[in-house]
Amino acid sequence: MGTYSTNEFKNGLKIIIEGDPCNIVENEVVKPGKGQAFNRVRLKNLKTGRAWEKTFKSGESVEAADVMETTMEYLYCDDEFWYFMDPDTFDQVPASAAAIEDAKPFLKEQERCIITLWNGAPLTVTLPNFVEIAVGETDPGLKGDTAQGATKPATLVTGAVVRVPLFIDKDEVLKIDTRTGEYVSRA
Amino acid sequence: MIEQTGANPAALDQQNTGERLAKRAATLASIRHYFSQQQLLEVETPLLGQYPVTDPQLDNLRVENPFAITSADPDYLYLATSPEYSMKQLLSLGSGSIYQISKAFRQDAPGRLHAMEFTMLEWYRIDYDMDALIDDVAALIHTLKPNTAVEKISYRDAFIRYAGVDPFIASSDELELIARQKMDVSFTNQHKDVWLDLLLTHCVEKNLGKKGMTFLFDYPESQSALARLAMNADGQKVAKRFELYINGIELANGYHELTDAAEQMRRFETDNQQRLQRGEPAREIDAGLIAAMNRGLPNCAGVALGVDRLLLLLL
Repeated sequence: MGTYSTNEFKNGLKIIIEGDPCNIVENEVVKPGKGQAFNRVRLKNLKTGRAWEKTFKSGESVEAADVMETTMEYLYCDDEFWYFMDPDTFDQVPASAAAIEDAKPFLKEQERCIITLWNGAPLTVTLPNFVEIAVGETDPGLKGDTAQGATKPATLVTGAVVRVPLFIDKDEVLKIDTRTGEYVSRA
Repeated sequence: MIEQTGANPAALDQQNTGERLAKRAATLASIRHYFSQQQLLEVETPLLGQYPVTDPQLDNLRVENPFAITSADPDYLYLATSPEYSMKQLLSLGSGSIYQISKAFRQDAPGRLHAMEFTMLEWYRIDYDMDALIDDVAALIHTLKPNTAVEKISYRDAFIRYAGVDPFIASSDELELIARQKMDVSFTNQHKDVWLDLLLTHCVEKNLGKKGMTFLFDYPESQSALARLAMNADGQKVAKRFELYINGIELANGYHELTDAAEQMRRFETDNQQRLQRGEPAREIDAGLIAAMNRGLPNCAGVALGVDRLLLLLL
């Protein structure tokens, strides 16, 4: 199993802490001029979703999390799991609620997502930067209203609520930036 | 962030360049004006030298010596982590009180407050002790930022107040226990100074310099570096060392300078023992400094101040 030195710490690096894979969210080196250097690290446990701060002594080595990324298609969910399929092998894997937490508001069937696998199980699900989702519910569209800046809330079929221009109607398909969660345009 | 204080073009853009450069130039001019009025001599000493430092927590950047021909020639030359040893050579030669603004280089992981190359202001005052030099540092800061409040607190009192432990009495195990109650730490079973540094950086520092300047003084003997030792009012042995904090940021480190060459030699050797215990090679001891101390370093106090960090706080 590989290791990382604290010198290699950066945002997004995956390491093992107490047996669980964790993501480095933030890494700050603190060092008194004449004293010991430390890495004060904000971590997120990728299994439980818990985020917390942990301090390492600079120069320490930490076990690397052996993770791999693959593109999979979202199929359906039951009460417990969200199922994804490898489009080449048709293998299916179940993702936990914690794994899909970030993707959930914009996750719709047949969407191709980047799945981070750890020991074969999905740890995180990352949506494409842009997705196209239909409007499930919104106030009736005002025809011809293209006034700059005026918006209203719209509930997408996936459950997310986004601010959209006044002319948008129910059942229209919208382009959404999943990194900001914001409306981009009509699809 | 300290990269953006004007010395690194790559960290500037068209919006801030003029303002940052003007602030930097004005600050440097004010510093030189202060020392000129105080009749300190500005000096320049080499940045490239034959010897590294022994400080266990400080590592030089080094360059290959292209003119190493015989085995007597050094393979590497070292970039100065501070101009301290060179300036002490000048003091021993009778320079009188001196100051220098120079680059310093350290193998520190770059970050918000750290860069491998930074600007350091260092000065020495003949016949000053620690308290007189603290007042001098405060006077310099007041010329740059008038009316800044001044607070002085001993290392021991700061630990008692902000970490709830007496750093002079507590054992390494007790400090570890307290650290573990306050934070999640990945390591165990360390030298006492590691726990002190951990509590200092995680619990104490953020409380220092909240209203202006805070001078932290009278350090544990194990962190005396190049400061002389003395007894505090409670009969504890302390190092006559201080640090200046503003907004929780360490800005300056000063000593009533050790002048005893034999004691200095012992400290260098202790540093090297710590390095050997960590499985690292010992560092060659700076013969130039030892020779200067044998020749006689006058009674003096000296301090180094990070100019980029100062600019960060003034911007």
